[in-house]
Amino acid sequence: MDKKTKKILVDPLHVENPITLQVLGICSALAVTTNLSTALVMCGALTFVLLGSNIVISCLRNYIPGSIRIIVQLTVIASLVIVADQVLKAFVYDVSKQLSVFVGLIITNCIVMGRAEAFAMANGPVDSALDGLSNAMGYNIILILVAAPREFFGFGTLLGHPIIDASESSWYVHNGMMVLSPAAFFIIGVLIWIQRAAAPSMVEED
Amino acid sequence: MPVNKDKGLFIVFFATAMCVVCSAAVSSLAVALREKQTTNKRLDKQKNILRVAGLLEAGASPDQAAVEEAFKNIEAYLIDRKTGERVEGEVAGYDQRKAAKTDEGGVSAESGVAKLAQVKRLPNTLLVYEVTVPGKEAYILPISGNGLWSTLLGFIAVKLNAQTIAGITYYEHAETPGLGGEVDNPKWKALWPGRQIYGPEGDVRINANKGGGFGPDHDIDALSGATITSHGVTYMLQLWLGPDGYQPFLKKATAGSGGN
Repeated sequence: MDKKTKKILVDPLHVENPITLQVLGICSALAVTTNLSTALVMCGALTFVLLGSNIVISCLRNYIPGSIRIIVQLTVIASLVIVADQVLKAFVYDVSKQLSVFVGLIITNCIVMGRAEAFAMANGPVDSALDGLSNAMGYNIILILVAAPREFFGFGTLLGHPIIDASESSWYVHNGMMVLSPAAFFIIGVLIWIQRAAAPSMVEED
Repeated sequence: MPVNKDKGLFIVFFATAMCVVCSAAVSSLAVALREKQTTNKRLDKQKNILRVAGLLEAGASPDQAAVEEAFKNIEAYLIDRKTGERVEGEVAGYDQRKAAKTDEGGVSAESGVAKLAQVKRLPNTLLVYEVTVPGKEAYILPISGNGLWSTLLGFIAVKLNAQTIAGITYYEHAETPGLGGEVDNPKWKALWPGRQIYGPEGDVRINANKGGGFGPDHDIDALSGATITSHGVTYMLQLWLGPDGYQPFLKKATAGSGGN
């Protein structure tokens, strides 16, 4: 694997992570991470959209007129999001109800458009596919890292399976804050702190 | 072949082609999946009826066969809205919200509470689901009204004494997740069973507005951060449980069964 490919594949997971470095896609990261199963479905939907939009836009990049490129990108992204939304409604109706507007809001997820504009418009389909995949993975890792503790401490379950005895008489009192959005902020904050401590290159100079 | 991709005509051509291709792809997929989605929707509605009837555990997600089996414990029939009398008619295809919009199936709503609930038309014929399982007998009544962003569709379960609420559920709405969307929250829904609907004069006293007003038998905590959704819930219940809604039917039902 040459250096460039490796950079495309690895950087977004850690030092160029779309959530913790670029702080994009925060809206959905806060909203859908109260339990792991919705977070996983959201990860799947975003991976599909990001991969698809990067490939399509990269294939079209030599034909897209500069003056309407943003709206063309949005058309591609919006179509893919509708596809994802319709498929979820048909096959996992309960989860899609919980995700409600957030699947639709992938359209406005800056990660997708950011990658289309910054990478797919300037690179070939293979590199763009890899870039889409690795950025989606960067997003997915953070979503799972946020969702798992929130579900565990908030409900005492993981993927809906009870881990801690959830009955009224249990010794464990559920942490109600973990279910609310601020908890996601705290966890993302801690993740950013850990990442920056491990990789000083992420810290910008004053 | 080199194209000048920034020339006016090419831009128009490109934009048109893009729109045609994308819309064709999206709409053909939507058509292909429609049947599956409608089945899901119907199943979800039935599950909600079972849940509000207490025939389904909160977290359980039974398959289609189990839902249809459990649904055999529920009798659905039609009533006349004004008299509360049972009327003949096909229940399966009846959609009272659709019927209300037609000239022969509905009338325009005039009362103040209908305006507050933003319900413009009332159907002449109403649906009732009656639970026949011993110990869980209840009437399950469809309710609808506007919240902040959307029309909320749900069910209220009323015990056979026509006075005590057995449960509430919403199966379709588009309120803000985390605020008005908390109408789905099991903890909030758990506040409803046992509340008394009517005051001594037969006036609807159920109230989920901030500040309450009718005392602990009737008031439900409003949803925090969702004043308008809470108002919507209150007004739609005052409408549908009131004289323009199911009250004639509920009165008649208690009178028939001994009247207490």
